Amino acid sequence: MGKFRKSGKKELPPVSTASLPDIVFMLLFFFMVSTTMKEVELKINIKVPQASQIKKLEKKSLVSYIYVGEPQKQFVRTMGTEPRIQLNDQFSEVSDIGSYIEEERGKLDEAERPLLTTSLKVDEKTKMGIVTDIKQQLRRVSALKINYSTRKSSKEE
Amino acid sequence: MSKKTPEIPSASMADIAFMLLIFFLVTTTMDTDSGISRMLPPPVPPDEQNDDDVKIKERNVFVVLINKNDQLMVEGQPMHIKELKEKAKEFIENPTDSETLPEKEAKEIPFFGTTMISKQVVSLQNDRGTSYGIYIQAQDELAAAYNELRDELALRKFGKKYDDLDLDRQDAIRDVYPQRISEAEPKNYGGNN
Repeated sequence: MGKFRKSGKKELPPVSTASLPDIVFMLLFFFMVSTTMKEVELKINIKVPQASQIKKLEKKSLVSYIYVGEPQKQFVRTMGTEPRIQLNDQFSEVSDIGSYIEEERGKLDEAERPLLTTSLKVDEKTKMGIVTDIKQQLRRVSALKINYSTRKSSKEE
Repeated sequence: MSKKTPEIPSASMADIAFMLLIFFLVTTTMDTDSGISRMLPPPVPPDEQNDDDVKIKERNVFVVLINKNDQLMVEGQPMHIKELKEKAKEFIENPTDSETLPEKEAKEIPFFGTTMISKQVVSLQNDRGTSYGIYIQAQDELAAAYNELRDELALRKFGKKYDDLDLDRQDAIRDVYPQRISEAEPKNYGGNN
């Protein structure tokens, strides 16, 4: 009889939380390493086209972005519905691209300047006219390395 | 015995770490940028503007036109985008040494010895009214044509895919199938938009 009572009294030991900080820290480091901060707030809608033959853009610091797409709802009244160019945080004209690239170049070291890549994030419904204009501007300032930003298409090969 | 130094309470450690964790969770964006990389041609000096480009024989050029209604015209024939890759591959490789497909030229290439290299050039031309989506699709299909040919050659010669080869062998294969996609100076095709 006594024996049984003894075993009944034993309580389940509480789950140890001593390793909880370690687990959380592990997650924390993972996110710290993999994180990239959002740089600009988009004022236009962009859905980049799909492609299969894509390459990853390396060295984020060497990339400058040009966004093209239809203005978001709250800007339609002032900017219209035609696709517009966005550089940094503001709507821009094609003619601003030259100075924008020069500015981006100024941020880089002398040796890195030729490596500057321009990433074109263009909505798939945009007409090529505006894209051609951008490319001509880029050629004029000799920013010849470009990257058409795309999503990975679902079908492989 | 001296007094033991009291331990620092570590109970709040988890809370602090959680706070940091949540901050990084919220600000993080996982998507790495990827896309199709291209080099633009250097700017044309103004005094040469009217000179037509270096004359290239017609049989060596694979002309892809896209009009403002997103229709393709390949080598003078309307075509669906899905057929573009096969057609381009046939053109680039010219397996039967056909008269209408590009000429070949003997060239010394490491690992391959003297090889016949075709003088192909792919010319992609579009209208101002062409949509960006179809343009990228065409670029993608053309790049796929080159990549598949390179992969096939790499498998035949080295038994590995192009991406798995070392740099010297990749260079050699790239010499056999150099990617030449040229884009014409902007013009209007198929009327104004």
